[in-house]
Amino acid sequence: MPDADTLPEMWGVVPAALAVALIGVALGLVVAATDRAVLTGRAAGAAVEPLRASARLLLEQRRTTLAPDRLLWRLGCVALPTLALLSLAVVPVDGRTLLLTSADLVWFNAMEALLWAALWLVGWGPNSFHALTGGYRFLAQGLAYELPLMFALVTVGVGAGSLRTTDVLAAQEGLWFAVTMPVAFVVFVASAAAFAFWGPFAAPTAADIAGGVTAELSGVDRLLVEAGRAIFLGATAAMAAALFLGGDSGPWLPGPVWHLLKTLAVVAALVWIGRRLPVLRPDRTVEIGWMVLVPLTLLQALVVAVLVLTGFYA
Amino acid sequence: MLSDLSGWAIAAVAVLGVLSVASGIAVFVVDSMARATFALLGSFLAVAGILLALDLVYLAVVTALMMTIEMAIMAVFMIMFMMNPAGLMPMTMVHNAKGSAVVGAGAFAVLAVGIWTIDWPTRSGEQPPDSTRQLGEAIMGSHMLVMLTIGIALFATILAGTVLATARGRYDRFGADLTARRPDDPVPGGLPR
Repeated sequence: MPDADTLPEMWGVVPAALAVALIGVALGLVVAATDRAVLTGRAAGAAVEPLRASARLLLEQRRTTLAPDRLLWRLGCVALPTLALLSLAVVPVDGRTLLLTSADLVWFNAMEALLWAALWLVGWGPNSFHALTGGYRFLAQGLAYELPLMFALVTVGVGAGSLRTTDVLAAQEGLWFAVTMPVAFVVFVASAAAFAFWGPFAAPTAADIAGGVTAELSGVDRLLVEAGRAIFLGATAAMAAALFLGGDSGPWLPGPVWHLLKTLAVVAALVWIGRRLPVLRPDRTVEIGWMVLVPLTLLQALVVAVLVLTGFYA
Repeated sequence: MLSDLSGWAIAAVAVLGVLSVASGIAVFVVDSMARATFALLGSFLAVAGILLALDLVYLAVVTALMMTIEMAIMAVFMIMFMMNPAGLMPMTMVHNAKGSAVVGAGAFAVLAVGIWTIDWPTRSGEQPPDSTRQLGEAIMGSHMLVMLTIGIALFATILAGTVLATARGRYDRFGADLTARRPDDPVPGGLPR
């Protein structure tokens, strides 16, 4: 194991923070390119398209609406990519994290919750009917999957006996957590897609309400929201690879390459499956979340707790 | 008491403290429900930042998590119960302004005087390496009874609040003798039943 525990100790604070931000943006680009490739069915040009679209949005003039709440609108737009990058701060890179806290898993969850509130602000800000409807759809959906997601994270914490992501990695030396926690794994990835209001959970931005929260976004604001969404999906894929797929453990290749390969696999699977499912109606999610997923994740936590008591993970 | 902290931590606590009070005041100044909600959230996040500066990571993150969810749910309640559900028009956020100002200023004075005049005990022993683990052991050990009591009280409050808020009960859903096979709901849930 390396001598330094955190990335700032190894590289210095500013280079480490910059490196994590760059990793985040790169992951976001990968997600956007994969999404494009799956949607159009053509791999050619998919990698360039997100860059081209970003440049166009940067140059585009900003539209505005009648009497918007400008402060909260801008705050929400800036918060989305910021929170996505902050959630990446506790994802281990080469066995080290940018922030070493004793409650990494809760930190990740807190960033998701803040994202939840921030997207409602994006819907609220423009003083527009469709955007506000989208914001409230997102709140309603969040109520459904926040609890299952928390229990999925609790399961990981119970299995590792720690809330630190580096300890979670260490606990998977023998066996990946995905083997004993399949339900938690699926719930974690699905809720992450839901927090990024993407794929089957894209009702807040659906076409039936003219784009919902994104209806009035233009220029830099739209770029920030779309980037935040893509970076958050990438960060979650990296987190899922670290929490459930053993992170950087693997034979022959160096650790970071393994983590990258696993992250790319999660992104590919997420996009490939997510784009093949229909958009869920938001009024259908709460009952499924609370009547099916909460008992399932509780059961999963119970199984893992019993395994811990029998010394399975020791 | 403050001597345990480094210079930047004291500065951070001071700045965040002022920020927290300022956004707390902003809650009563702004004229929109959304701004009031998020000013309150900003105040709580500043408190979470103070806890972070004091190296109590778990408490800090849980404060941020819980308060954010709370404010989001407040926005849900906004559409359920407000006379102006969208809240897009300016509205006054203050009820009983004089009374609440007196109560708030009084509580602030009592707490501030108490904090600065009490002879706080000095730390005995070392700072624990992992405050999260120590907190967990306290909650699951010596303070379990308190936590259980609070938990049940909170749960009862949630149930009571829901019962008071909802206009429809099980007799509306399943009929007078509760024999209907499918509940009669205005909005169907997600499960096929």
